[in-house]
Parts: sequence; C-alpha cells; structure tokens
Amino acid sequence: MTDTPPEPHQEESRRKSVADTDQALADLLRPRHHRAEIVFALASFSVALFLASQWASQTTWFEGQRAGRQPGLWPLIAIVGMLAFGAAELVTCALRNRRARAGGDTALAEVAFWLRTAEFLGWFLAYVLIVPWTGYLPATLIFCTALAFRLGYRGGMLWLAPVMGAAVVVLFKGFLSVRIPGGAVYEVFPRAIRNFLVLYL
Amino acid sequence: MQKPWPQHPEAEPLDILLAALATIARLDVIAALLIGSIGGVVIGAVPGVGPAVAIAILLPATFGMDPLVGLTLLLGIYGSSLYGGSIPAILINTPGTPVNALTTYDGYPMTQAGQAPRALGLAFGASFVGGMIAVIALILFSPVLARIAPMFGSREIFLAALLGCIMVVVAHRGQALAAGALLFFGIFIHTVGMEANRYTMRFTFDQPWLTQGIDLIVVVLGLFAISQAFILLTEPERAGKVPTLQGSVARSFLEVFRYKRTAATGAGCGTAMGIIPGVGEFVSQFLSYTFARNRSKTPEMFGKGAPEGLVASESANNSVPPAAMVPLLALGIPGEELTAMMLTVFYVHNVIPGPALFQNNMDFVIALYLCLAILNILALLFLLSATRPLLRVLAVPSRFLGLVILTLSFVGIYSLRNSVIDCMVAGAFGLLGVMLKRLNLPTVPIILGIVLGGIMEERLRTSLPRIRSIWDWVDRPVSQIIVALIALVLALHVWGLWKEWKGRKTHG
Repeated sequence: MTDTPPEPHQEESRRKSVADTDQALADLLRPRHHRAEIVFALASFSVALFLASQWASQTTWFEGQRAGRQPGLWPLIAIVGMLAFGAAELVTCALRNRRARAGGDTALAEVAFWLRTAEFLGWFLAYVLIVPWTGYLPATLIFCTALAFRLGYRGGMLWLAPVMGAAVVVLFKGFLSVRIPGGAVYEVFPRAIRNFLVLYL
Repeated sequence: MQKPWPQHPEAEPLDILLAALATIARLDVIAALLIGSIGGVVIGAVPGVGPAVAIAILLPATFGMDPLVGLTLLLGIYGSSLYGGSIPAILINTPGTPVNALTTYDGYPMTQAGQAPRALGLAFGASFVGGMIAVIALILFSPVLARIAPMFGSREIFLAALLGCIMVVVAHRGQALAAGALLFFGIFIHTVGMEANRYTMRFTFDQPWLTQGIDLIVVVLGLFAISQAFILLTEPERAGKVPTLQGSVARSFLEVFRYKRTAATGAGCGTAMGIIPGVGEFVSQFLSYTFARNRSKTPEMFGKGAPEGLVASESANNSVPPAAMVPLLALGIPGEELTAMMLTVFYVHNVIPGPALFQNNMDFVIALYLCLAILNILALLFLLSATRPLLRVLAVPSRFLGLVILTLSFVGIYSLRNSVIDCMVAGAFGLLGVMLKRLNLPTVPIILGIVLGGIMEERLRTSLPRIRSIWDWVDRPVSQIIVALIALVLALHVWGLWKEWKGRKTHG
C-alpha cells in the first residue's frame, strides 16, 4: 500500500495549522508586551537613579584594597546593572508603545488595578497590627470574617471564613508550634487560661 | 540534623542505597511523603495557587523539621503539583500551574472531543514516566556527579553562578532587559544590611531594621503568595463549576506506552534542561513539543488534540523537578525559584549543599531521589483513585482562595521574627509582585539575584588569593568549560537577536 500524496490545498492548510501552533508556542515562551510596562520601567529606572545617588554615602570603600574585597563593590555592580538594563528597558518600552499606538490595553486601566490592590494591603497590615493586641486567634477570626463580608460573601461562605481562620490557627500554632506571641488582651485571663492561650492560640 | 552521616567516598553503591533506604524508613519521612504528594496534587489542581505559593507559605513551618523531612514535603508539593495542574488544564482550559499552560493546547481540545478521561490518563501517565525516568537517570548519574563535584572550587562555583545569572536573563526571550534589571535588583537586595566581612553597613539609611538585611523568605512570600492573594482578591470572582467526568482514567493511563518514544524524549529534554540553572520547564516543554511535532505523521493535529502533544509537554515538565535538584545539591546553586526556596531549608539547618555533600553524603542525595520516586508513585496512585472527588476543588471561589492565601501568608512571615516590619516589607513586595505578574514579567530573576548574588560575592572573595591575572580564572578544565559555555550562551543570544532584527527588517 502506498501513501497518497496530499492535495495542494490540504498541504497548504496543514502548513497554516503548523504555523498557528508555532505562533502559540512562541507566545507561551514570550508573553505579549503590555503598554503599562513603561510605568514599571520608569519607576524601576528612577529607583536605580536614586540608589546610584546614594551609593557613595551608603557604602564603604577602603583605600588600597582589591576591588573584590570592597564592601561597596557588589552594590555598585547591582546599581550599574539596574541602570544599564533599566535604561534599555525604558527605551524599548517607549519604542514598543509607539509601534502599537492604536488599540491594546491602556496603561491607566492597569495602574488603576494596581492601586485597587492597595486596599488589600491595607487589610493585611491592619491584621498584622491587631495581632499583638488581640492575640492570634481573635485577630484571625475578625480578619477572616470582616474580609469575607467585604468581598461580598453572605450565608455559608461567610460562616466558612472564620472556621477556616480558626483551622489555620490551630494547625500552625497548636500543632506545628510556629512562634507567634500571645496578645496583650490575654493578660486579663487567669494564669492557667493565659498560659494555654499563649501556647496554643 | 540526625542524618546524613558522613559517608566514605569509596563506599559501595549497594551500601549507599541501603543507607539511603534506612534514612527514609522513618515515620516522619513517610508522613511527609504522603502529605507532600497528596497536598501537591490538590494544590496543583486549584488554579491560582501553584507550588510557588504553597512552598513559600510552608517554608517557615519546615524549619523546625529534619532537613530530609522538610525537603521531602516541599519536593512533594513541587513535583506532585504538576500532576494536579494538568486536571484544570485539560478539563476547563485553565492551567493549574503556569507550567501546565502547554497542556491546555492538546488537553482541552481532547475534552471538547469527549476524550477527557483519555487525556487525563495520558497526562498522568506521561508525568509519571517523565518523573521516573528523570529520577532513575539521576540516580545512575550520581556517582559521576560525585566525581565531578569536587572539581568545583570557589572560582568554578562563582562562574557557575554567573552562568545561572546569564541563563535566567537570556531564557526570558523578549523580556531579557526587564529580567536583567530584576536580576540586578535581586543582587542589590542581597547587599542591603551589614556585610559579614568588614561589618560595614550597606544601604541601611541608618534604619536599625535594615541592619539584618531583607530576609529571602519575606521577599519570596511577598512576591509569590501575597501578590497572588492581592490579584485574586481584586479580580472578579471566578467560581468554577465542577466538571463531570465519564469513563475510566486508569485505563487510559497505560496508553502512554504507545507513545513511549515521545515520553522518553520529553523526559530527556526535561532532565537536561532542568540541570541547567535558569532554564526550567518552559524551555524543556518547548523542545519536547517541537521535537514530537516534527516527528509526528500528523503535525497539523498539534494544538487541536494530539495525544503526542500532551505526552510531550507533561513528560517534559515533570522530569524537571528531580533534575533541578542537581545544581542545588552538587553546587549549592538553585536553578529557579522553587529550588532557591529549598536552599533556605539547608541553610537553616547549617547544611551547606555543594561538592562536599555529594562526595561525603551520597546516601542523603540518593535518599532524596528515592523520595522523589516514591512521591511520583503516590501521586499517581492518588490521582488514579481520586480524580473525581478531586474535581470539587475547581469550585472553590477565587476570591475566597485569595483570603485563605493572605491568612496563611501572615503565619509564614510573622513567625520568622515576629516582626511587623517584615510584614510591611512583604506587603510592599506583594505589590511589586502584582505589577510583575499583571505585566507578564518574570519574578524568578529577583529571587535568583538574591541567592546567586550572595554566592558570587562570597566565592569571589574566597577566590581572590589565587587570582593574579584574568587568565587565572580559566587555568582549570572545569572553569574553562564554564567560560566556554558562557561565551556560547551569549553568542547564541546575540545571534538570535540579530536574526530577529533581520527578520523584522525583511518583513517591514
């Protein structure tokens, strides 16, 4: 039995299909450029410039020592690298954005998303700050319930949030004995209860 | 650390194997194997979590464990999550872990064609074959590594770390500039604080909390866990439906042996690429997939539900975790973010991975590889028996998942030093992680910059007494090979850029 040679249009469609997969593979290895990358490039280059301006005052350079032994060498290498790559990244982003002027995602929408995430940083820091006062278990219960409510959960999921929080506390502090000190509020309890709370909750 | 005990360099292979078996025949190791393999599969199956988040959260909890137990647990999550990640990739076209993205190309079309159990069976089979071939290859290769490892002195380790830095930059095609800037940012983070040689301050701005520097775990938790929580909490809710699965997954598992050449090639690509620092799963999958397509009689089916495509991608990605342990154990050089996190487990226990570990504690190395083999078997058994109930995890609402990750991240950071400032720093890195992830920019160069920057600084200092001229860097065979590799990698990168530029010019 001999293989029948493919028709020209079949061969064409086969080649197109393979080319599509090639493009998909290339996209996987090389994610598409986002217009907001320029905001990141600008911010990182500015940070590098600031660090460069501080290098002399924030590091030490000993006279008569080989460069490899100088404490200031590696910060210098790091900052020079950040500046060089950062500048090239900034120029490349500007050129890419100019090439793709029409259409695509807007940088402002992306920056707005970053700013919206800052709300949850606030929630996280509030949680961190109340732990030393209320203790780990009460702070976790309050945090999980309040954040679940803020996220719009009602009914079963709202009840599940503090249960999950309690499970995390019992697992990590009770069983795995991770080091989280007791809260100031534990001091009002009698000694025996206080010891239990400090050790396990 | 109870084990590893010193091993005579000339010990018989059978003695080493028996010693390794004795090392893992303990209740705590067995428990870590079970929890790691099952936990890894479950974590991998939940889109939006992934092994990096799970390992970052669990890392501080493993510090109190024996190194083998802690590493087994983390390795279990690392390896098994790739098995679990193929489930949502195949059933709902959403990769459970970023590495499973290629699995969606052929896995999801197979589901659409009513072949979901077959696709799952093939994916599990390919992952298993890939993982086991890599482990067996590395066990067989270990005696060779034990002989090569002592040839690495300070200069060679410095050069290998430099090669890792270069690889992590050039491996991010189209993002090399951003990757370079982030790598140097990572090196900068490593330098902050009091340096250990002359006890001078570097970029502490007279702030006492910066004297100790910025802890790697804090950065890791911020970049991987907190950033993921922030993204999940801010994005619209993704409440998945539990997909239905008709048919036997277990029966299709054996079908992988019809594609044994593809699976073996995938495992080979994964093992080879996994050993090279900074390369990782994506490149190995790309090579394996392209190779399978080029050899296939039906290349046009790739991306439309080709079983070979699925086997090629899954066998390649699952063979990377064992291989990635080679540079970590033999040279103390992590190749990607997950092994960089594992390096901290060694440091906490005052065990310095490197040539001496491979030379004197081969039983420990073999014990780790045996654990990896057992983890593969456990993960496969779990999946073949529990895929259907496991599908329920796909229904967890994404924003609730964000809440869980944020709650767990707090434990990881606060338990390190009970420092509120650490939590703030992690929160700041969380915001940076959000920016990077949303812009599709890599986070790995920062982590590798911190770790490899530290290694390079220390190794450069210890090499200096023997360095009189630039030629002293290449006066030994291993350093000559590494320098040649560096030159080759750079030349290939420049050639690729030139070709790309020429192509763009030709096509207007």
